[in-house]
Parts: sequence; structure tokens; C-alpha cells
Amino acid sequence: MESTESYEPDSLSPAQMAALHRSLRGSPSGGPSGVLPGARPGPGRRSVLRAAGGGLLAAGGFGALSACGIPAAGKSEGGIAADDRSAKEKRLAFSNWTEYMDVDKKKRRPTLDAFTKRTGIEVEYTEDINDNNEFFGKVKPQLAAGQDTGRDLICVTDWLAARLIRFGWVQKLDPAQLPHAYANLSAQFRSPDWDPGRAYSYPWTGISTVIAYNKKATDGERITSVSQLLDEPKLKGRVGFLSEMRDTMGMVLLDLGKDPAKFTDDDFDAAVARLQKAVDKKQVRRFTGNDYTADLDKGDLAACVAWAGDVVQLGLANPDIEFVVPESGYITSTDNLLIPNKARHKRNAERLIDYYYEPGPAARLAAYINYVCPVDGVRDELAKLDPEAAANPLILPDKAMAAKSHAFRSLTPEEETAYEGAFAKLTGS
Amino acid sequence: MTTRSEAAPPGTDEAPARPARRRGRLVPYWLLLPGILWLLVFFALPLVYQASTSVQTGSLEEGYKVTWHFATYWDALGDYWPQFLRSVLYAGAATVLCLLLGYPLAYLIAFRAGRWRNLILVLVIAPFFTSFLIRTLAWKTILADGGPVVGALNSLHILDVTSWLGATDGDRVLATPLAVVCGLTYNFLPFMILPLYTSLERVDGRLHEAAGDLYARPATTFRKVTLPLSMPGVVSGTLLTFIPAAGDYVNADLLGSTDTRMVGNVIQTQFLRILDYPTAAALSFILMAAILFMVTFYIRKSGTEDLL
Repeated sequence: MESTESYEPDSLSPAQMAALHRSLRGSPSGGPSGVLPGARPGPGRRSVLRAAGGGLLAAGGFGALSACGIPAAGKSEGGIAADDRSAKEKRLAFSNWTEYMDVDKKKRRPTLDAFTKRTGIEVEYTEDINDNNEFFGKVKPQLAAGQDTGRDLICVTDWLAARLIRFGWVQKLDPAQLPHAYANLSAQFRSPDWDPGRAYSYPWTGISTVIAYNKKATDGERITSVSQLLDEPKLKGRVGFLSEMRDTMGMVLLDLGKDPAKFTDDDFDAAVARLQKAVDKKQVRRFTGNDYTADLDKGDLAACVAWAGDVVQLGLANPDIEFVVPESGYITSTDNLLIPNKARHKRNAERLIDYYYEPGPAARLAAYINYVCPVDGVRDELAKLDPEAAANPLILPDKAMAAKSHAFRSLTPEEETAYEGAFAKLTGS
Repeated sequence: MTTRSEAAPPGTDEAPARPARRRGRLVPYWLLLPGILWLLVFFALPLVYQASTSVQTGSLEEGYKVTWHFATYWDALGDYWPQFLRSVLYAGAATVLCLLLGYPLAYLIAFRAGRWRNLILVLVIAPFFTSFLIRTLAWKTILADGGPVVGALNSLHILDVTSWLGATDGDRVLATPLAVVCGLTYNFLPFMILPLYTSLERVDGRLHEAAGDLYARPATTFRKVTLPLSMPGVVSGTLLTFIPAAGDYVNADLLGSTDTRMVGNVIQTQFLRILDYPTAAALSFILMAAILFMVTFYIRKSGTEDLL
């Protein structure tokens, strides 16, 4: 401002002056660029503020910093129950993954509706689980503080279920309320090492991790082993692996002839090195979550490690998609129903678990979602609904299929950190 | 300037003006209050919390305690400097591309668009009507291996050049650095165009005429008049583009591969997957410090501190 004033010629009229100011400043009202330089505090006030701020930070900051901290995860054996309002309130909040419930043409959910009709229990069904890690981050604050999450029933994968049980963040189930579940649970899912005898959890579905490929993208060649994924030059840059550490590393371990149920640190390192070599020579395109299905469908991924349920659904729409169970075996896991601490409607939740272990509802669910059905005795029911699904070993595993299935062993917290760290390095971060 | 405009014209009685002035002096603070409270609750407090987390040690089982373990910072920097470097590189490349694409467009909207001006502005903002994720996923379809874009680039041998530069890999674009930079450029382009437009729009057209009267060629007019006057827009546009792009992880996640992961991906992985909260917090602070340092240097260097 000062500088412009010294150039003001006397002869200009007020209007001309205003115009000159306007063009110099940018806008008549002195918009942002005009008003800001003047509004800036002088150096004196600024340095005072800065000093005061610095002092405050130094004094308060360090105090506040050391006051923070995260308490140890609760260790409450058997979980913390809230007073069960199931008898008074006929409802229940169920959090599940997307595409994990049967839906009819009118966008209603037939099996859930039948449950409500029979028991009078309204189910608030929410599809708010997209990723185990993300979901854990979401419910951790409440569970760690011993608070109600607002959910009566959740569905998470084995390793997260194991962690929640280890932390004592889920409630023990009452076997007396689960007659069907107890009687009909398939033998292969009965006693995982992280929940022997299924005291806390029941499987919603079984997940098979297999190899899938797009016939068109591989020029008709069959892809039958993980070795082929890792080495076949024709597939360079068009191979996908899953970002779930256990699924990917389990398949590589099997390919190396190791048993994912009892491998050692050295075995794991060998598997990481094997995969790292393929990553380094740019054989592997990406490590993906659920989004591999779109890539495989388009052919951007020619072959990948995939979840069987997805492949069945994808194969219905695209005849080029094929799956293979490798000779070396495949990884099975489950998504499990659990009742978090402080859930208000535990009894209602247990009724829902038991309901889905009756052959009728179980068959209807399996026919829709195409994942492995963990319920014995559904074959006849399923054959009535969908004979093709009943004959599909990816939905109802036959003897030969079951013999090739392997579970990834549960990990200690230290192992989990180390393995996830090594796997993250492998995937680039 | 403020003091001058507030000063009473000479000759008027000063007594009644004083209480009004005192009240007036408090008004800015009242206006600031909501913003300050917001910053305190949603920026300052989380910042203190994260600062504390970054110097803690422990595990989820044992709980975390503040042990002033500053080595986390060195370890994080030692392990993840390539991702930091990559973030700066990609964000920088995206910012330059945004400027090259955005400046001509902003110039066109400001000076040449006429009655189309509003329509073009709406078109610039239109991508924001859909979600960030959907927009990024659309690029997977656009750049698909067998798609027309990649086919055209291949037949023009452009991909041979970019492959030689290391920006692409063979005959594909997806899952390469080029795809990530394209995604970043696309997603942050409006943040470049809008500030450029607002500063260009304020340039008085008569200055161009005056420059012409003084025998400046159009190029000289642009160099000596338009460009200097639009510098505030350039600076704020580059900052608005560079800062969020450097911390972005969605583009690298969806369009990239293992060798294109940026620091945002590392922070996400550390926080959600490995549950190493101290390292994640330390990485966030390093990123913040690095950006703050670069921005300060940039503003000093470009000499437009007064115009921000």
C-alpha cells in the first residue's frame, strides 16, 4: 500500500484513483489477495504469539504426551455379559459381510424373514464388514473399554475370531441353546486349535482358497499349481495373489510341500523368499482384496489365488472363468459367528445361530451364496433347490476334496506381528 | 490497511465511535471461535494423541506405555524411505501434470469462455458428484490391458518410450507408476483449476489492452502481466494438489502394484494390518514434517508469501 501511494499523481480524479487501486489490488472489495497483506499481524505481535505458542506446547505438550497410552487388552475369561434383554426385546443386531445372505427378487431376505416369522425376533441386518482388519479397527475402542458395540452378532474370519477370543472380547455360547448347531456342524470344522469344541464361535460359511484362471486370457492353457503362477513366463504381470496373508502364504507353503497346520519360521521364510522372487521379476501384478474378481473377469488378471465362492458366482456369468484345486492341496478357513461382549440380546443371537444350522435354511443360504456349507445333512435339501450346487464340491466338499483341505495354524501374537510384517514388505509396504 | 479504513474521518466526534470500535475488535475473535474449537477437538487433540503414540512401546496384549522411544522415527525412516521418496515423486509429477493441464483450461475459462464459462466450471466440478473410489475404479476400466486406450498407446509406440523411462511395464499401463500418477492427476485436477481460475479471473482485461498499447506481443503480455498476477493461484493450486496427493493411498492401492506403494499405504498397513501403532504414528509425523518443510521452502522460494 505504501509503495502505491508514492506514485499517486495529483491530477487523477477520485474515480480514476479508485480504478487504479482496483486493478492493482485485484478486486474492488479488496478480495483475498488485496486484504490479506494488510491484515497480517505485525512482526511484534506475531513473534509474541509464536513464543507463547511454543511455551504452551513445551509445558502442556510433554505432560499430555506422557498422559496418553493404551491400556492392555482386557483379559476376561468367558467374556463380559450384559443383562440379557432378549425376553423383553424381540430383536437382534447382526453385522455381516456383503453378499453373505440370500436375497430374493423383491430384495427381501427369505431365510431371515422366515426366522422372524417363526420366532417373532426382528433382525437388524447390517452389511458393515468389508475387511477383517478394518472391522477390528472399528470395534476395538468399544471392546477394549468394555462397552457395548451395539451389535449382538458378528461374523469374522478365523484369525480375527481367535484374537477376539484371546482378548476375552466375546461371550461364551450356551450349548443348551444350540441343539441343531451342536448336532449338525461338519466334522472338519468342529475343533479348530483356537476354539476347541466351538465354545465361542460357530462357522457361518467355510471358505476354500483355490486357483482361478480366465481361459481366454491364458489362451486355453490350464493353470493347475501355484508354481505355475509363480514361474510361467506367459503369465508375467498378470498373476494375482490375495492380500490375506494366511491364504496367500498357505497356498505357497503347500506348494513347497509344507503343512500350513504345522510349519516353522524357516518354512515361512522360504515361502516368503519364493514369492519375493516372483514379485521381483514382476510376475505378480497385484495383491488384492475382493476386487480381484473384476480384474479376473476382464482378463487383466489371467490367473490368481481366489476364494471359491467368488469363482462359482463369477463362473455363472462368465464361462471363461475356471477353478482348479491344486494337487498339493488348498487352504480352508471359516467366517465365524461370535457374540461380542456386552451384547444386549445374546439369547436371540443364539437362536439365530441355531436356526441356520437346520438343514432347510442352511441349504437355502448355501444355494444363494455358493460358499462351503458347514452344516451336515443339507445335501438332500440342496438337491431339491439346486441340483447343480449340491453336486459342486466347492459348496458341499466330497471325500476327495475334503482330503486335500488344510487349515492355517493359529499364530502367537509375536508370530502374527512378524509374519504380517514380512508379508507387508513383500506386498510393497 | 485495516486501520486506515477504520479510522474516523477527520473532524468527526471521536467519543461515540469508541465503544463501537471496542466491540468491533472482539468480533473477529468470536468469528474465529467455532473454527478454533473445531481445530482443537479434531486436529490438536488427535495430534497430541498421535504424538504420544509415536513414542510409546508395547503391544495390543500388554498395552502401550509412553517410553519416549524416539528410535521408532529412525527405524521407520530407515525402513520406508523408498516409499517416502516415491510419494514425493508421484505427487510432484501429478502436480506438474495438473498445472500443465489446468493452466490453459483456467485461462480459457477466465478470458475466452464467454457465456460457456459457468457450464465449463460445472464440468470441472462434475466428477465430484460421484465418489472418489468410483472415479478411481473407473480408471481401471479405462486403462484395462485389452482396452482401446492401451491399444492405441501401444500402436503409437508411446508405451515403448514410457517403459524405457520406467513409468510403465511392457505393454500395459495398469499396475504401473504411470497409472498411479494418472489417477492422482485426475483426482486432484479440480483443486488446481479452481484456484487458478479465481486468480486469473481477477486480472483486469484492460491491463492486457494496456500491454498491447505498449507494443507487448501476446507472449510478452502473458509473461509480464498475466503470469505474475496469477502466481497466487499457481501457488495455492500446487499446494492444494501436492499435499493431499502425497498422502493419498487409494490410487496406489487400486491402480498400482507392489513397487508403487506410497507412504499412505505403509501407514494404512501399519495401522490396520500389523497393528504397529507407534510406527504408523511416527510415519504420519515424518510425512507431516516433510510436507511442512517442503511447503515452507516452496513459499519462501516463490516469493509469494504475502499473497497467500
